[in-house]
Amino acid sequence: MSTDQTMQALANLVPVGSHVLDLGCGDGGMLAYLQQHRQCTGYGVEIDDTKVKACVAAGVSVLQLNLDEGLSMFDDNAFDVVLQLDTLQHLRNAEVMLRETARVGRIGVVAFPNFAHWPNRLQVLMGRMPVTKRLPYQWYNTPNIRVATFADFEVLATANGLHIDESFGLHAGQVKRWMPNALASTAVFKFHK
Amino acid sequence: MPLVAVAQTLDVAKPLTLRSGVVLPSYTLAYETYGQLNADASNAVLVCHALNASHHVAGVYQQNDGSLEAKSTGWWDNMVGPGKPLDTNRYFVIGVNNIGSCFGSSGPASINPATGQVWGADFPVVTVQDWVNTQAALLDALGIEQLAAVMGGSLGGMQALSWTLQYPDRVRHAVIVASAPNLTAENIAFNEVARRAIVTDPDFFEGHYRAHNTLPRRGLRIARMIGHITYLSDDVMNAKFGRSLRRAADELRAGDAPADYFYSTQDVEFEIESYLRYQGDKFAEYFDANTYLLITRALDYFDPAREHGGVLSAALAHAKAKFLLVSFSTDWRFAPSRSREIVQALLQNKHAVSYAEIDAPHGHDAFLLDDARYHGVVRAYFDQAVAVQGRAS
Repeated sequence: MSTDQTMQALANLVPVGSHVLDLGCGDGGMLAYLQQHRQCTGYGVEIDDTKVKACVAAGVSVLQLNLDEGLSMFDDNAFDVVLQLDTLQHLRNAEVMLRETARVGRIGVVAFPNFAHWPNRLQVLMGRMPVTKRLPYQWYNTPNIRVATFADFEVLATANGLHIDESFGLHAGQVKRWMPNALASTAVFKFHK
Repeated sequence: MPLVAVAQTLDVAKPLTLRSGVVLPSYTLAYETYGQLNADASNAVLVCHALNASHHVAGVYQQNDGSLEAKSTGWWDNMVGPGKPLDTNRYFVIGVNNIGSCFGSSGPASINPATGQVWGADFPVVTVQDWVNTQAALLDALGIEQLAAVMGGSLGGMQALSWTLQYPDRVRHAVIVASAPNLTAENIAFNEVARRAIVTDPDFFEGHYRAHNTLPRRGLRIARMIGHITYLSDDVMNAKFGRSLRRAADELRAGDAPADYFYSTQDVEFEIESYLRYQGDKFAEYFDANTYLLITRALDYFDPAREHGGVLSAALAHAKAKFLLVSFSTDWRFAPSRSREIVQALLQNKHAVSYAEIDAPHGHDAFLLDDARYHGVVRAYFDQAVAVQGRAS
């Protein structure tokens, strides 16, 4: 999900000069991009030792914390934008984390693999769990413990009182606004509380 | 050729008003430097020591005949040196012995110039802030206006933190390892037990044991044994010693069958006892008892939030440095939760901070050990953050 076009599409959702918290920031690529191209400040949160080091090496402020332990480190509305890019699907407490995202940030941006993308539907119709470029794992070894669709997230966000400002699909670096639930491998939502 | 360290001293004639109000008319600082100070004096890194260490951070000493002195390796030699995470090919690194200590700087074991006698118990109580003030005096003497970074572990990390508050314009980065914003009650309690062991030793003579040509070795040994227990984790102690018997090990080496217990309350039965006694004995020969009292007291007193209504984020509002904090999962003397308190206070001020929580089994001692993840993060920080800002300024 880290092609330049994808990164740009997501970065465009972050207002220039924002104070950003990137949950599950990986090697810090997105924050480095936001610092360089959109004059943002902020921190990444990452649990993996190697990725933490990569963030420091990239000049990104990173905090080594376990997201499954929550966001008690962060005050209410401490950030302009909280990012959850390809993180949601790894979290045991996905709903709590969505609420926490809304608590600590004024704006939330969430991106995750869309399980309703048509090749996935086709594989399920054929009787098998989908294995694709975007979801490359077998059912028994996938780290994606929360599989959801574009449409599912709308329901969850609304149920938690969140207002969706913008939503679209992403596929092969292209923004998909028409039938994203079927035509995009990645779902993207920008919301506020 | 290993890094050769040369100890130096600086006599400071300018009186120092301590936190307690007592004035120290003059004092001596023992220090070492490694690497070269660059032309604009922008690559200096100060390394602060903890309870029982010294200015001898890295390298080995050379004897008069040119040979290297055995067992003279600096206490953080795995961290500091040519090609090490804090690379002395790039940075000018300074180690300084704090006043009140016993390795060459003014302290209870040195001579009070006013009396010509050993200070002993008359050496004034010193605090972390006092140490930072003396370190600043050393920088003045070395022609360094601003540090690229200040770094320390444990009590050394407290000094690094204090630097960012006392001299916000003189430090660009602070690297704080296995430290805390203050001591918990339990931590003060451990210090108090160690101090009582020393002052109740019949050889203590109210701190003037040198005037009686003796040392309170029994007290120091026990203080060190307590300290050692708290620096290790339960797991690492079990892995290293378990319930192994001292005598059984000897007899196994001799090829005999494992022995039964001694059924004695006084003899060394278990390996862990032997280890603690050995550490205690060694320590009692080289460390000064009054210094132990003073430095544990400096630990107890450190609490930068105290002047800000107990609110650490208010204390840190004035800091201008960028921070790297590191803690270790099994460190219960300076637990990760204490480092996170500092991180949280920095976040509340939107200060730049990175935080690594290393899953290491070694307890508090981990900060002195060679761990690729820990050293990797510190190396990346010095290579990227410290260096990039150094070029920009």
